[in-house]
Amino acid sequence: MPFFEAVILALSSIRAQKLKSFFSLVGVLIGVTFLIAVVSIVQGMNVYMTDKFADAMGGINTFQLQSRPGMTFGNVTEAMWKEWQRRPRITIEDAAYVEARVTTPARFSRESGTSAGVGYHGKMATGIDVFTVDAEFFRIKNWNIADGRAFSPQEVTAGASVVVLGGELADRLFDGAEPVGKTVTIGGLPHRVIGVVEKQGTLFGISLDKFAVTPITSPARLLTNRPHVIDDLQVQAIDPATMPAAVEEVTTLMRVRRGLKPNETANFNIATAQDALDQWGKISRILFLALPGLVGISLVVGGIVIMNIMLMSVVERTREIGIRKALGARGRDIMAQFVVESATLSFTGAAIGIATGLLLAFAVRALTPLPAAVAPWSIGLAVGLGILVGVVAGVYPARQASRLDPIAALGHE
Amino acid sequence: MTDVIIKLEGITRDYMMGAEQVRALRGVDLEIRRNEYVAIMGPSGSGKSTIMNMLGCLDTPSAGRYWLNGHEVSRMKDDDLARIRNREIGFVFQTFNLLPRASALANVELPLVYAGISGRDRRRRAETALHRVGLGERMHHKPNELSGGQRQRVAIARALVNEPSILLADEPTGNLDSTTSEEIMRVFGALHAQGQTVVLVTHEPEIATHAHRVVVLRDGRVDSDRATPPRATGVAA
Repeated sequence: MPFFEAVILALSSIRAQKLKSFFSLVGVLIGVTFLIAVVSIVQGMNVYMTDKFADAMGGINTFQLQSRPGMTFGNVTEAMWKEWQRRPRITIEDAAYVEARVTTPARFSRESGTSAGVGYHGKMATGIDVFTVDAEFFRIKNWNIADGRAFSPQEVTAGASVVVLGGELADRLFDGAEPVGKTVTIGGLPHRVIGVVEKQGTLFGISLDKFAVTPITSPARLLTNRPHVIDDLQVQAIDPATMPAAVEEVTTLMRVRRGLKPNETANFNIATAQDALDQWGKISRILFLALPGLVGISLVVGGIVIMNIMLMSVVERTREIGIRKALGARGRDIMAQFVVESATLSFTGAAIGIATGLLLAFAVRALTPLPAAVAPWSIGLAVGLGILVGVVAGVYPARQASRLDPIAALGHE
Repeated sequence: MTDVIIKLEGITRDYMMGAEQVRALRGVDLEIRRNEYVAIMGPSGSGKSTIMNMLGCLDTPSAGRYWLNGHEVSRMKDDDLARIRNREIGFVFQTFNLLPRASALANVELPLVYAGISGRDRRRRAETALHRVGLGERMHHKPNELSGGQRQRVAIARALVNEPSILLADEPTGNLDSTTSEEIMRVFGALHAQGQTVVLVTHEPEIATHAHRVVVLRDGRVDSDRATPPRATGVAA
């Protein structure tokens, strides 16, 4: 019997017993749903991490010299944490020392930040990230100014009380009115708004536009760290290819400045976007390791269910098999009929699973900050696995069917 | 009309029923020529069903030889037997044995599917066969939408569609009332008149009188084999 007709026949048998067919393919459906949903979410995260996250960190050619890691995904032991607490902070002098000696062409910006309330005319936005930085900060972050201007190196030198606002903060305080030229208070200290940064959107659901940037010499500086102490020095290698050289140079300079012996571990930290990406890489590898297990178990269970249903189906349709044999079906025709039916059943489960998996992935994207992106290979894999499970599960029942004695089968009630 | 279409030579068939060996056929010799209309009769246990399965190539003999239309089928393997059933034999069963979910047309197309005939040709031949048995109007009905007589006509159309050497009917009227039985027997009569070889297995003497030759089995052997006078009321299409 031609393959196409076998599929039509299989579909009509499946349609004839909708409920039973549906239950029989639930296992495959769940397995494939898992596969598609998890792969889509992980894939989305991958795209997100490499595009947006690295961007938010200042791009892959930027790193921070800081006293301790600001962001960790892995295990941090009590001892490590204590050691971090004891480390000397980075100072203005450290920054000046490094900046003066690095030979790799690079941009530098000291950064000292805090979280504070920003107010305007009785309106108050709390929990705003306040960055006090150098003028190069805007170029390092690759931020465009939507309105007004950024501050200049001269304003940093002069310690001007000026501020550049994040887009969302500006919206909240000014509600559509022109912010440039107005005076806002940062932790109670007045600063004149000179610009607004173009909106960046969100990262994992958190707005990237709720911030205020002032010169590191502005009054807001007093809210952040003790005098001389800063959070970090941002360094951006102008040529991305020289980034490792710049990291190397800064590390060496800091070790020399702190008088570390060659066998002593560094008491400062270099954070790169690559570190965060590597951390994410570890997490996604773990997810991808767990995935085959989850999907595999569902598919094996699904296969067993289908095999059982097919065995039942062979018994129920013994007479049909007898009729077909009497009319000239060979063993292999009957075998093919049941294998195709099983594969069609399983494929149907996989197809529905792909749909529910995608639906789930998009629901996650719509309802949570987690992104999702469809990986075409996962759909191909799901289709392949669906058919494979059906064929494997169908072989044994189909063989039973093909071996039925036509006389006994015709006499079967 | 001397060409022999069926030739059985010393056919025996033994099988085990539990620990007991049953000798269903104990040496049957039989010849049936093209365009004969033969009824095989006999009480239950006479070997009637066994010979029917044997003639239909659903079973193979323990000993002896069987030629069907020149093929020696007694030594064939399953796949070859399936091909012979498909090409040479048209089955008509007591219980119709139609596929319940398939339309009359699809049921009639079934042997052509296994003969590897595709698409339009298959449909055209199935339609012709249904017209031959007077069911041209109902070919898209499912079996459960048809009367008993109509179902049996579908089964006859299915048996004819591959132009088999023999039409092999096993108690074809066993599930039908007497009026419908007459109707079905008229179909067989008409087909025979058009040149079809018909072998009828029945225990009803009334049905057997439609045939032109009656073979009676008893205890696994041919007990009698004689021609019957043509019926006065018989052939009409």
